[in-house]
Amino acid sequence: MKYDSLADLVAAAEAENMTLSAYILKDQAAIAEKTEEEMFENMERALQVMKESVEDGLDPVKRSASGLTGGDAFKMNEAVKNGRNICGPFFGKAMVKALAVSQTNACMGRIVASPTAGSCGILPSALLTLAEERNIPDKDLVMALFTASAVGIVIATNASVAGAAGGCQAECGAASAMAAAAMVELCGGTPKQCEHACAIALKNILGLVCDPVAGLVEIPCIKRNAGGVGNAMVAAELALAGIESHIPADEVIVAMKKVGDTMSPTLKETAEGGLACTPTGKKLCEKVFGCC
Amino acid sequence: MLQVFDIIGPIMIGPSSSHTAGAVRIGKYARSVLGTTPVKAVIRFSGSFAKTYKGHGTDKAVIAGILGMDTDDSRIRNSMEIAKEEGLDFTFIEEDIDGAHPNTAEITLTDANGKSALIQGASIGGGNIVVNKINDTEVSISGKSDTLVIPHDDIPGMIAVVTNILAEKGVNVHGFSLGRDHKGGTAVMTIEIDGNFDESINEAILACPNIHASTILKAI
Repeated sequence: MKYDSLADLVAAAEAENMTLSAYILKDQAAIAEKTEEEMFENMERALQVMKESVEDGLDPVKRSASGLTGGDAFKMNEAVKNGRNICGPFFGKAMVKALAVSQTNACMGRIVASPTAGSCGILPSALLTLAEERNIPDKDLVMALFTASAVGIVIATNASVAGAAGGCQAECGAASAMAAAAMVELCGGTPKQCEHACAIALKNILGLVCDPVAGLVEIPCIKRNAGGVGNAMVAAELALAGIESHIPADEVIVAMKKVGDTMSPTLKETAEGGLACTPTGKKLCEKVFGCC
Repeated sequence: MLQVFDIIGPIMIGPSSSHTAGAVRIGKYARSVLGTTPVKAVIRFSGSFAKTYKGHGTDKAVIAGILGMDTDDSRIRNSMEIAKEEGLDFTFIEEDIDGAHPNTAEITLTDANGKSALIQGASIGGGNIVVNKINDTEVSISGKSDTLVIPHDDIPGMIAVVTNILAEKGVNVHGFSLGRDHKGGTAVMTIEIDGNFDESINEAILACPNIHASTILKAI
């Protein structure tokens, strides 16, 4: 199977009356010349690292290598534990996990790039929070990661998942589209609904620039991971309610690529525009590197 | 074509796949080229690596790689202390290399017997690297597959000599490059293959005339 169209993958899965994850696992095992069991075990290891990366990021005092960030996941967790957050425990816990994984990354902890290190908090937070809420067993989460990866492969093939190539819409956009599709499948949605969820998530983040302060994967990346899981949840909810994207996912992906191509290089991970160039952004950069 | 674990992965120590994970792999490749335990490392950072290495932990990452660690080793953040314990002396130089990829490191390693090796590598995104120089020779190696590096006389028929040996052993080549210092001088073949090289292939190649050396660099 070629991975240049999400609609084709969905049609192929539906034709065989399979979930997207089961179809992708079978197909990818064949491509890699491995058994489905081996592929499953490798993905199980990724899930395990995702779980550990949440725990590591809850530390209240640990700071990043640059010293710029730390402790946000802890603060959010306290707010959720004390019932102070607006959106209730489910969304609160998702934000906590997204911040935590992203913070683990900034602190030189172990993470799974999904699809990138900069956007590594979105997919784990979406899946692990949903699992807690609905008592979903790990084996189902592992399968959902195959669904997510299929979405990621199509985006990377037809556009990009790198901030340097397509801006943050490519990184956090891909991550939230992957998470949205995986959540839909875990909640019993059809492959077609997964496709709509992917489209909606990407549409809602279209145009977002990659403008990291000092060029580091910290400001605004960590908070954008919390925003990204929110985006994934919105898209999954809409798709599961039967709402369809008027623009098909494959066309949204191409639109995302075109937006990325027309984006100024100053807004694609070069730290030469956007937040990186604000007076405070520059001051923080000087704090880390002495000059900027 | 991309596969699932290109998207869900790599499992790595943060914060950056290019500035941290890629840097570990360049360091690890340098150790592999030296082939022995280094006691001294001089690391020259160019471009973005030179400007931002402290914030991304690129320095710790390169040292970790030189010590033989993988991209997901949680000891990476303490690699400098570990280097001191293991007797590895290291120096960083921030100096641009003309025409190099923005994320480039040049590493010179020396072992206890004074043997040294130099490699230049670029981190090209997602933890992927390209090694573009080994000692004085320009190469192009991804490090994803076992690779054979063969300096030889720049005379006709040398590619056939080597590839015939690989064909006889049933080895599939998927990457090949050739460069030379000057016409009639020394040329270097780099050959990337599927599966693993076994030593007997190396011995067969070394037994051929006009071959200067044959080194297996394992995939990292």
